[in-house]
Amino acid sequence: MNGLRQRHPSLEFYARRSLRFVLSLLAMVIVSFAMIRVIPGNPVRAQLGITATEQEIRIRTRELGLNQSLLSQLWTYLGHLFTGHLGTSITLQEPVSNIIATRLPNTLEIASMAFLVTMVLSISAGLLLGAFTNGGRHPRTELSFTATTGLLVTIPEFVLAVLLQYVFGVKLGILPIAEKSGWTSYIMPVASLSIPPAAALSRLVRVETLNALGRDYMRTARSKRLPARLLYLRHVLPNVLTATLTLGGLLLVGLIAGTVLVETVFAWPGIGSTIVQAIEQKDYPLIQALVLLLGSMVLFVNFVVDILLGAIDPRSAIRTT
Amino acid sequence: MRRLRATVRTPTGFAGSAILLLVLFFVVAGPILWGPQAARINPLDILAGPSARHPLGTDELGRDILAEVFTASRLSLELSVLATLIGAAVGVPLGAVVAVLSPRPRRLIGTLINFTVSFPGLLLAIFLAVIVGVGSTGAVLAIGFGSAPGFARLSQTLASSVTEMDYLAAARLLGVSRTRLLFRHVLRNIGEPIILNVTMSVGGALLALSGLSFLGLGVQPPSYDWGRLLSDGLANIATNPLESLGPGAAIVITGIGFNLFGESLAQVLGQRVAPRRPGRKERRRLLAEPGARPAQPLPASPGSPAGRQPILRVEGLSVTFPRQRPASRPVRDVSFELAPGEIVGIAGESGSGKSLTALAIARLLPNGAEASAARLEFLGNDMFTWRGAEASRILGTKLPMVFQDPMTSLNPALHLGIQLTEASQVHQGTPRRQALERAAERLRAVRIDRPDERLCQYPHELSGGQRQRAVIAMGLMGEPRLIIADEPTTALDTTVQRQVLAIFRELSETTHSAMIMISHDVAVLGELCSRVLVMYGGLIMEDAPVGELAGARHPYARMLVEAVPDLGTARDRPLATIQGQPPSPAALPPGCPFAPRCPRALERCRLELPAATEVSPGHRVRCFNPLTFDETLVTLVEPATP
Ligand code: SF4
Repeated sequence: MNGLRQRHPSLEFYARRSLRFVLSLLAMVIVSFAMIRVIPGNPVRAQLGITATEQEIRIRTRELGLNQSLLSQLWTYLGHLFTGHLGTSITLQEPVSNIIATRLPNTLEIASMAFLVTMVLSISAGLLLGAFTNGGRHPRTELSFTATTGLLVTIPEFVLAVLLQYVFGVKLGILPIAEKSGWTSYIMPVASLSIPPAAALSRLVRVETLNALGRDYMRTARSKRLPARLLYLRHVLPNVLTATLTLGGLLLVGLIAGTVLVETVFAWPGIGSTIVQAIEQKDYPLIQALVLLLGSMVLFVNFVVDILLGAIDPRSAIRTT
Repeated sequence: MRRLRATVRTPTGFAGSAILLLVLFFVVAGPILWGPQAARINPLDILAGPSARHPLGTDELGRDILAEVFTASRLSLELSVLATLIGAAVGVPLGAVVAVLSPRPRRLIGTLINFTVSFPGLLLAIFLAVIVGVGSTGAVLAIGFGSAPGFARLSQTLASSVTEMDYLAAARLLGVSRTRLLFRHVLRNIGEPIILNVTMSVGGALLALSGLSFLGLGVQPPSYDWGRLLSDGLANIATNPLESLGPGAAIVITGIGFNLFGESLAQVLGQRVAPRRPGRKERRRLLAEPGARPAQPLPASPGSPAGRQPILRVEGLSVTFPRQRPASRPVRDVSFELAPGEIVGIAGESGSGKSLTALAIARLLPNGAEASAARLEFLGNDMFTWRGAEASRILGTKLPMVFQDPMTSLNPALHLGIQLTEASQVHQGTPRRQALERAAERLRAVRIDRPDERLCQYPHELSGGQRQRAVIAMGLMGEPRLIIADEPTTALDTTVQRQVLAIFRELSETTHSAMIMISHDVAVLGELCSRVLVMYGGLIMEDAPVGELAGARHPYARMLVEAVPDLGTARDRPLATIQGQPPSPAALPPGCPFAPRCPRALERCRLELPAATEVSPGHRVRCFNPLTFDETLVTLVEPATP
């Protein structure tokens, strides 16, 4: 291991991160398995209500496999996961894997669009504003930027969604109020998902830009009299990206949660709106699968962000391996 | 308390605290004043639109919505504060502790934090909602624990990143005491984000909890918070939009209050209140101050043969910090010339203005500093007006700088190859491959082993001495005519110091470039330079050829020289020590800045600033009562052993 570390510190970093990712995925699987086993009382009775007969409860218990020993339950669960067998939704009477297959793409569409919009918007705005307001120049621009983004950061995505829905859907009637149809139906969900994180991230990018501009290495770079383009894109940007990606990853994870809210407002047929209904109806097989899915997406995003961070900022890779 | 008052006095702080006070009023009084009205069911007035009696209309039971919004303040805020406290109490100490742990447990807990940080509150809430059932207990716990890893990660990164930062260079540059600056900056850097985060997190928790209630996973009927009211209103958005926009506005306004307050509090704590007047970095200005007038026509420098144009010509250079309170002038009336190939040393204690002089010459002063001079010319070009591509090309390739701390003066995120070649690529249009070849060659010239490999490495993979050599190699990529090195060996250990100095000496022979070598160490300068300028209180006190340095005429210069055994006239005498403190650039005495410490001070010295006078060809001294060449400073010499 020591030899490897000396020769390929980055390789060891990637190996470690991959191992960590796999382990956390495993933990996630166990958590999702344990979730419905630790419910106090009888989950089956909780779900069917007090009017259910003993007979019904026994049948449902057997359906869910809850009558077997924990270990064999876990074993079956793992086996089913590998074969893509996620059980059948109780309320929708449909295989959970089908539900996910039809709904997940809808969620991924708006989430990835929102993430792209967020990153592009915030990095360009933050760098620009940072360069423009460096050293206390243009205090008025700085003030209006911080005021605007401060306001936007505070508006939660679901309130923004309701507001947009009212203004553009009800009042002006230029965009579809809800549900997925043509491309125009994407505008409001994506906007409500991306505007608050973009505001937050562009503030961070600006502060980090100012921070980098004050460092010694920028003095060295300035002594080479490089054009502003290189000064900012080559010397500032990579140093800003570390913090940006860290927060960007958190925001992307937040985006996964945000889709749950925004999908509910716009009746978007994704997994976010599905999970809320599943919880209300105590549809355990569906909840279990969706929790596992959302959790794994979160872990995956973090994994990717970590790997990217290691590539961009090699010091962080060495430090944290 | 004083800070809190200062916070309230800023405009944002005032707005933030006003909003928070208003919110506090509704939290306390809302349920008392409007509770009964919010509970009054009126079957005759169901789902009414806005009216004078019901400004936001009524809900499906005929209850007044505005009264409900006011009443819901208490529950909404109570839950948010509770959740934030849970999160901060768990997270902040955890992260701070992790930062000081030994590597193994740090890695373990760090991994755990990373794992849990990936759990958004909402996922946790779903998880808890399944186990303990939907309700506010699960929601508060979920948001609280959901935010804890975030706090932990933040305080961990902050605590460990502070140790990496380098404020020493800046501290010396500005002549501010090291401890004070470190304290202030470190505190600012770690305190600001944490405070910002905790305060903003109450707002954030409010949003998250409202979101959960909005989804039906938080507060359950018959209780209600803003989130529930909003989701109830959403059903009627087409008929009475105010029913949902009202509680939405309450959430947003409260969130803004927390944001504004947190931000201005952080600003006050970090003392980052914006400067009043932004200004140009450098500005040409005639000096009006008596005593700061440039010296009369300069005597030719001893090193510059007549007829040859000097590389650098500095006349009456001053640096000021006009926006500092009190405004300071750390460099005053600095004049000297530099002939091609000449090596000039600038000696002085920290705060004497030597580094700022160098930065002003290179047009690289930090923000807030202004340079002015009667004349400042590099290769015959006026540095104040010279701009454009031509200027960049020449300055970028012919005027390299080497700074004190090689740990911070290279960009940590870029390969050495990029950093070494970019100036050639930009200014001389050298193709990449060719530039890389030259870079490898230059690295070899400064005796860095395996140069090709180094070009693909990051600065952190090199030792301090190697980095400083890499910086020097970077300066050699063009055709340097003037190399400015600001304490290039101070941050290095003694053996490495020798090697780096040897490289400088070699360079001056091979490149024929002029050099300005800045150091607090007269011995270093005596070895390398042909002329030494001794600075004190922002003034050049003595400008002497190195051969005449041993018999320096200025009392301060003499004391510096006599502190070095090899250079002093009488080697058998014990070493001199200089007592007292150098003056602060912000509070310079009207007369000679050295007067308070000077054993030869006259009455006149405290009132007037001595002008620079030539005592022998090429040797200037700024003193009313200079020593003669063979006089000794007996009063200053303290016996080393009694
Ligand atoms: S001018 Fe006066 S106080 Fe200043 S160094 Fe000379 S003798 Fe000392």
